[in-house]
Amino acid sequence: MPAALIGRKIGMTRLNDSTGKNVPVTVIQAGPCHVSQVKTVATDGYDAVQLAFEDVKARNSTMPEIAHDAKAGLTPKREHREFRLKADQLTGVEAGQLFTVEMFEGIRFVDVTGTSKGKGFAGTMKRHNFKGLCASHGTERKHRSQGSIASHATNRGYSGRPKKGKKMSGHLGDERVTARSMEVIGRDKENNLLIVKGAVPGANHGLVVIREATRLYSRKAKLAKAS
Amino acid sequence: MSHPLIQAVEKAHLKTDLPELSIGDTVDVHLRITEGTKERIQVFNGVIINIQGYGVTQTVTVRRIVANEGVERILPLHSPKIAKIEVKRHGHVRRAKLYYLRDRVGKKRRLRDRRRGLDTVVPEPVAAETAAAPVAAKA
Repeated sequence: MPAALIGRKIGMTRLNDSTGKNVPVTVIQAGPCHVSQVKTVATDGYDAVQLAFEDVKARNSTMPEIAHDAKAGLTPKREHREFRLKADQLTGVEAGQLFTVEMFEGIRFVDVTGTSKGKGFAGTMKRHNFKGLCASHGTERKHRSQGSIASHATNRGYSGRPKKGKKMSGHLGDERVTARSMEVIGRDKENNLLIVKGAVPGANHGLVVIREATRLYSRKAKLAKAS
Repeated sequence: MSHPLIQAVEKAHLKTDLPELSIGDTVDVHLRITEGTKERIQVFNGVIINIQGYGVTQTVTVRRIVANEGVERILPLHSPKIAKIEVKRHGHVRRAKLYYLRDRVGKKRRLRDRRRGLDTVVPEPVAAETAAAPVAAKA
């Protein structure tokens, strides 16, 4: 099975590397995760493995979930996430199996998926990096406005209404975000910690999913191959 | 304070031989400067006007006067680029941040050091700091 774990973002700090350079890092509690279900084409129509993370008191869970975990021989778990796999990657994976941060041994870059911090209703300058309008030249009370959104001649013809998907004000954040190709700085098997360089989406204590990086730019791909 | 797990991560990166620093101390900071491939030590002498943060992210702001011009450096205490810190003198201060020194000119900016006397020698650290003492003595 390719390296994948559920975890929690613990927080950020900065560490010094061997050359004395200060590196911003995020500490992630990665796993330990149990396999709660193995899905195959024969039984479910697709191949996947479901991982369960973090113990939860039975009274805080639900009967269907408790029974689902019990079927795999597990105590009640709080979080369950599915990972789609290819059929041949499922060999040797059984329900109840334990995966720890050791899974990421030898992996140089990872993708980290989390839920970004919610920013509420945000204007176009904050949400889409618009530049706003003039500070002067007669601009009044419109300095952070988006400007014109359409006229009768849009590139959808003479529709007389704004184009679909036009970037406007609205809710920002609180959505699934993946930070790609983050460098792994260290692992702590004792505490199940994964230390990655840079920031990870979401607030501290937020749930994240860590996977081996799928797409690497040439520089990082070279480094990954070397390690 | 930070999360215990973060502290566990930082632990290996913390220096154990730092002297106890306080605001108003006059210190010699030995900085590792790399020029090309060569490395040498440069001493930055000044007054601590700010101590900020905790753990591995803790920094001090050291202020000194170079050619009649104030120079401040913000130094991460646990950085390997800081070879050594020596406390030369304790200043008598009543503030946690000595930003008022920035507005002082001439002798006024020295006065505060004299409160306990310019020749106040740094008292050799008590029990808790015995580990740091021999280092200071050597220098």
